[in-house]
Amino acid sequence: MNVLAKIVAQNVKKYFGEVKALDGVNITIEDGSFIVLLGPSGCGKTTFMRCISGLEELTDGEIYFDDKEISKLQPKDRNVAMVFQSYAVWPHMKVRENIAYPLKLKKFKKEEIEEKVKWVADLLNISELLDRYPSQLSGGQRQRVAVARAIVHRPEVLLMDEPLSNLDALLRVKMRSELKKLHEQLRVTTIYVTHDQVEAMTMGDKIAVMNNGSIVQYGTPEEIYKKPATAFVAGFIGSPQMNFFKCNVIEDNENQYAQFEHIRFRIPERINSRTVLVGIRPENISLEKPGGNRESLSLKTTIYFVERLMPETILHLDIGEGNRITVKIPYDIALSEGEEIEVFVTIDSLHFFDADTEERAL
Amino acid sequence: MMKIMYPLLFVLIALFFLGPTVLAFIASMTPASEFYDYSHIFPSRLTLEHINKLLFTLGGFKALLVSIEVALISIAIAFALGIPAGYALARYAFRGKNAVTLAMLFTRSLPLIVVSVSLVTVYLRFNLADTAIGVALAHAAMILPFVVIITSSIFSSVFIEYEEAGMVFGLTRFGAFIRISLPLALPGLAASAIYGFIMSWNEAFAASILSIQNRTLPAHILATAMASPDYFKYAMATVMAVPALIFIFIIRKYLISIWGISLK
Repeated sequence: MNVLAKIVAQNVKKYFGEVKALDGVNITIEDGSFIVLLGPSGCGKTTFMRCISGLEELTDGEIYFDDKEISKLQPKDRNVAMVFQSYAVWPHMKVRENIAYPLKLKKFKKEEIEEKVKWVADLLNISELLDRYPSQLSGGQRQRVAVARAIVHRPEVLLMDEPLSNLDALLRVKMRSELKKLHEQLRVTTIYVTHDQVEAMTMGDKIAVMNNGSIVQYGTPEEIYKKPATAFVAGFIGSPQMNFFKCNVIEDNENQYAQFEHIRFRIPERINSRTVLVGIRPENISLEKPGGNRESLSLKTTIYFVERLMPETILHLDIGEGNRITVKIPYDIALSEGEEIEVFVTIDSLHFFDADTEERAL
Repeated sequence: MMKIMYPLLFVLIALFFLGPTVLAFIASMTPASEFYDYSHIFPSRLTLEHINKLLFTLGGFKALLVSIEVALISIAIAFALGIPAGYALARYAFRGKNAVTLAMLFTRSLPLIVVSVSLVTVYLRFNLADTAIGVALAHAAMILPFVVIITSSIFSSVFIEYEEAGMVFGLTRFGAFIRISLPLALPGLAASAIYGFIMSWNEAFAASILSIQNRTLPAHILATAMASPDYFKYAMATVMAVPALIFIFIIRKYLISIWGISLK
C-alpha cells in the first residue's frame, strides 16, 4: 500500500515565451525523503514543482517516478498530491467531503473512504471540524485540512508549495515540526518549496538551492551551510548575510595571498583563480584572538552601528575605505558606536569563490 | 441618532423605488367607475377585473407564456455560448483578448431594432419569423455580450488553485471546471441569469418586429396599449412587473450567496 517513488528529473526545461523559468534542471530524489526546494522568488522552484505535479507542461526534458516516465501524463494520472500556498480547500464542500474527494475520484469503497477519513482526521487533530465548511475555519485549521486531503490517499509523491507562508509566526514554528513528524510517520517522498531558509534548514533531509531556473547546489543542510557551492548559495544561506570581499591573488615562491585594500592574508591551499571572492560568515568573526595555533586574520575596525537582538548582538563595523562587515556575537556586550575594536577570523573558516564564475575555489 | 437615521434612510429609499410600483398596482385594481374620481387616493374596493380581462380576454396570458419561453430560451442560448467564452477570457491569455472584449461591448452600439429589420428577411427564409425561438435568438444576441463579460469576471474571482487542486486530486481539466469552478460560480451565474431574463422580458421593439401572432408580453402591450383605457395600461404594468418580481424572489438567495461565503 505504502508505495514511495524515487523522483528523477533530467534536463527539465520550461520556457514561458522568452522567459526561461527552468533552464535544465537535473535532480534525483531518493524515495521516502523530504527535500526542500529553496531559492529567491522567481528562481523557478514553484514552476519545477508544478512540472512534477503536471499542472505545467515541460518544454523539454523528462521526469520519472521510479522507472516510469510521468512527464507526459495528466496530473490526475500521476499519483501526486499537493498542498497549495493558498490551501485551495474547496469552499463549497464540507471538510469531510474535501478530504474524501480524492478517494471518491479514485473509486474507493464507501466504508473504506469513511475509515480513511477518520484515520487522517485523527492524525491531524481535525476530527471535530469534519462537518464544517472551510469558511468556518481559521487559517491554521484550513492548512490541516489541506494536508489531510493531500495524504489521505497515500500518494507516491507529496508536493508542498510554501504551505506555511500564510500562517502567523508562532503557528509556523509549530506546523514546521508537525509536518516533519508527519513525514517521519508516513515516509512519503516529499518536495517542499520555500524561500525561507529556516524552514529549509530545519525540515529538509536535503536542500536543493535554485537560482535563475536551475539547481545550484543539492545537499544536506550541513553541506549547504558549511561548503556552499557558489557565492550565491553562500550569500543566500545564513543570517545576517555572509560578508564578501573581492581580493586579488598574489603569489610568491611558496604561497598564495589574498589582498584586499591594505589587508593581506595567506590562502591555505593552492587555487587557480586570479581574483577571488572571500566570504566570511558574521558568526565566524570573534572579538577574542582564537586560542591554540590556528592561523587567524585580525582586522582593526571602528564600530558603525550596534544591533542588540538579545541575547545576540550584531555589529556593523567599518574596516576602512568605506567597507563594512557584519559580525554576530552570541551575547550582549557593552560597546558603543565610534569605538575602535579588533576582530579575528580563523583562516579555516573563510570561503573562497572564483570572482568570475562565483564557484567555490577552495 | 444613527439608530433612527438608518431605518429612516432605508424607508425613504424603499418608498422611492416601491412607491410608483405600488401606486400602479393599486391603479390596476381600481374599479373603472372610480378610476377618474379624484376625491380619494385609495379606491373603496379592489378588483382583478382589468387584469383578468387583459390576461384571458385580450390575449395577455398567451403573450406572458411566450415571454417566459423567449426569456428562458434566450438565457439558455446566451449561457451555452457565453459561459465557455467568459471562462476562456478569465483563464487564458491569448492574442486579441482585449479587442474581443471591446468588440462585444461595441455590438451594443447597434440598436437591436435595426438588426431586427434585416433579421426578418432571414427569418422568413428559415421559417423562424413569428416564433418564440426567432425572438429568443435576437434576445440571446442582445444578452450574450453581458453574459460573457459578467461570467469572465465571476470566473476570475474563483481561485485557479481550486481547479488545480481538483486536477491534482483526480479530475480532468473539464471535470475540474464542472465539479469545482461551476458550482463556485453559481451565485454569480444566477445573478447574470436574472439580468438576462430581465433584459429579454423588457425588450419590446425587436419582439414587435419579429413576431405578429406569437408576441411577447411587452410587444403585445406595445401594440394594444395606445388604444386601451388608462386602467388597462396600469393592469399591463402590473402584469409585466409581477412575474419579474417573482423570478427575482425565487432566485434571490443565490444573489446573497449560497454557502455563507463570498467568493473572494
